[in-house]
Amino acid sequence: MSSTSFARGIFLGELREEEIFPYPQVLDSDQKETISMMMEAGHAFFQNTNDAAANDSAEKIPEEQLDEMRQLGMYGLMVPEEYGGLALTNTMYAKFGELTGEYDLGLGIHTGAHQSIGYKGILLYGNPEQKEKYLPSLASGDVFACFCLTEPSSGSDASSIKTRAVLNEAGTHYVMNGAKIWISNGGIAEIFTVFAQTPAIDAKTGETKDKITAFIVERAFGGVSHGPPEKKMGIKCSNTSEVYFENVEIPVENVLGEVGGGFKVAMNILNNGRFGMGACLTGTMRMLISKAVDHANNRKQFVSNLREYQGIQQKIARMNLLCYANESMAYMLCGNMDRGAPEYQIEAAMSKIFASQSAWDVCDETIQILGGAGFMKDVGIERWMRDLRIFRIFEGTNDILKLFIALNGVQELGNLFKKQGNLGTVMGLAQKRVLGMGSLKTKVHADLEPSVKQLQEDITKFHIATSAQVIKYKKKIIEQQVVLNRIAESSILLQSMAAVISRANLAAEKGDTSEVVLASAWCGEAHQKIAALVADMQNADLTKVDNATLNVGKLSLDNNGYLAQSPI
Amino acid sequence: SSGINAEYGAVRMKQKKIVKEIVVASCGPSQSQETIRTALAMGADRGIHVEVPAGTDADLQPLAVAKIFSKLVEKEKPDLVILGKQAIDDDANQTTQLLAGMLDWPQGTMASVVNAADGRLTITREIDGGLEDISVSLPAVISADLRLNEPRYATLPNIMKAKKKKIEKMTPENLGVDITPRLKILNVVDPPVRQAGEKVPDVSTLMEKLKEKGHL
Repeated sequence: MSSTSFARGIFLGELREEEIFPYPQVLDSDQKETISMMMEAGHAFFQNTNDAAANDSAEKIPEEQLDEMRQLGMYGLMVPEEYGGLALTNTMYAKFGELTGEYDLGLGIHTGAHQSIGYKGILLYGNPEQKEKYLPSLASGDVFACFCLTEPSSGSDASSIKTRAVLNEAGTHYVMNGAKIWISNGGIAEIFTVFAQTPAIDAKTGETKDKITAFIVERAFGGVSHGPPEKKMGIKCSNTSEVYFENVEIPVENVLGEVGGGFKVAMNILNNGRFGMGACLTGTMRMLISKAVDHANNRKQFVSNLREYQGIQQKIARMNLLCYANESMAYMLCGNMDRGAPEYQIEAAMSKIFASQSAWDVCDETIQILGGAGFMKDVGIERWMRDLRIFRIFEGTNDILKLFIALNGVQELGNLFKKQGNLGTVMGLAQKRVLGMGSLKTKVHADLEPSVKQLQEDITKFHIATSAQVIKYKKKIIEQQVVLNRIAESSILLQSMAAVISRANLAAEKGDTSEVVLASAWCGEAHQKIAALVADMQNADLTKVDNATLNVGKLSLDNNGYLAQSPI
Repeated sequence: SSGINAEYGAVRMKQKKIVKEIVVASCGPSQSQETIRTALAMGADRGIHVEVPAGTDADLQPLAVAKIFSKLVEKEKPDLVILGKQAIDDDANQTTQLLAGMLDWPQGTMASVVNAADGRLTITREIDGGLEDISVSLPAVISADLRLNEPRYATLPNIMKAKKKKIEKMTPENLGVDITPRLKILNVVDPPVRQAGEKVPDVSTLMEKLKEKGHL
């Protein structure tokens, strides 16, 4: 079955409508009512019980409060009801995540590390016995879980991990040795999803090679210990610590998925949980915008309130556009996941990158608008800045995810060009694709037609420019990260354009055309940015400048620091 | 609103084993269903929704509500009816008293503490002078004061369980109740803006001013 992924399609110059239009509507009235009640409970909890500032100062969530969170059901949101969970769909979980993002990111990471990645592997890959044994107490929050992949010398390069698990002679247990770092919930978890190298015999060659296997490890097995809580820049109330495995005996029944299939398990767990960030940070951005707007409306300097000055209006506008584009992408993603889209890893990566960068920018501007007050602890905004920084780093750094997106797309093109070969053919085919780009323009509200036209033009330009790079560099494109980054950034902008057009159209069809302004403004901005990125890709002179710049980088690295001498 | 307070009061009584089953009833448009679901999520066993079309619900007056509840009492035969003290829309504080009158049951209004013993209830009432304790036989009607308890929110697991609980639907017509308003609101005005006072130096000036303004 051919993919219906919009993100994949744009690399091929296609505007695939199926997953973007109309905007996914996956909740029935019963689910909407449930969400409404959940929101009420959630708001009450966060407003009356939780104190994010206190959690940050204490670097802990109070023990008594954890009980209330257990009763609330916060630890088993997506677990099937038969195991004591709430069986929420991805979209419903996302909405609850959005609520959490509005109030306390540190707490969000505590619950997210537990369910979004900590025991997600058991949900996705567990056999019935494993699910039966572990899910009930994990869903109730009686017991906490964590995801153990990262090691001192293995961050982005996850397949290079050194923790090893070797099968004993009797064949009953794996014996695990190794150390993991920066594990969220590492100090409080009882159940660990751990990734370790296991010797596996290659079926074809008969050679023994190390392959990663995923394990469900219980602290009760013995040999599992942890370090003190790390002192961090932000998300301080979330426990982060090193976890050590010393001759831990793991029954073979606790292998998660297939022996040797652990890398895929790890990547799928991360991929499956990624959608949560877009929704969570929507809540954060919306809250920050309220604070910025409140200040701008009430603070007077010189002759007027700040709201009267263009500089401030522009900042507020930008914040709204970023939040709107992010929210549109986030809920399109989980909507498609709920509808059973066969693949979504590119869209998920795009959403994660866009959400984390946008939230950082929105928070930065909120502090700027508040001026000195934004910098003060009591005002409460600086904590958000500190909490947000990690979002561009964990769950797959934005840098790696950009390369992932670009290389996936480039691979599609590579396959396409194996058949053809020269740029002339590519251009000719691209023209044909433009004409066959479907009737999206005729389906949208009249005011959105110009944006659809921009989207179609931009997909074509993007496809041609990216194709040219693939043909130019061939396999060496893997090393051309400057080019790959331009490709990734363009593709994310294209995805965001599709998301906002579709969403604004949905509102317009329901009688509300106010969002058309947001969608058009965002598409206009994205259109310009894509034009610049595409021009850069095709600019031979810029390539020379790029290379010269990269050389500066290399010299600095050789020089162990800044290259220049003092001018005086 | 104090309706949710009433519900939570009932749940506490159920936890104390004073009460065996809680039925929650609401009169209103289709949105009332969510209120009923919240009450079910907070511990009620089943619900009754007396649906009044959106639009006419604004005209639903305490007498009509009391009549509806009176018919429900006939149907369900509860031992105790707990209502909110006054609605957030019209602040009337009448329904409990009207209902008790119709049923000829004892009433305990503005209840802040309720205890049960030997088929009777001891109720502490919040009144202007302070607190008053009364003892009533069952069946009885109570209205809940805001101080009856600190309602907690419905937890997510209870929200999910509530989905399986039954809500019976009916209309005032099904119950044989005519809800046409008996009272007509002639006029609604803001209270007059308080005028600034004037300080006078002595009693004779005061007398003069009062005569001037026609108050003497």
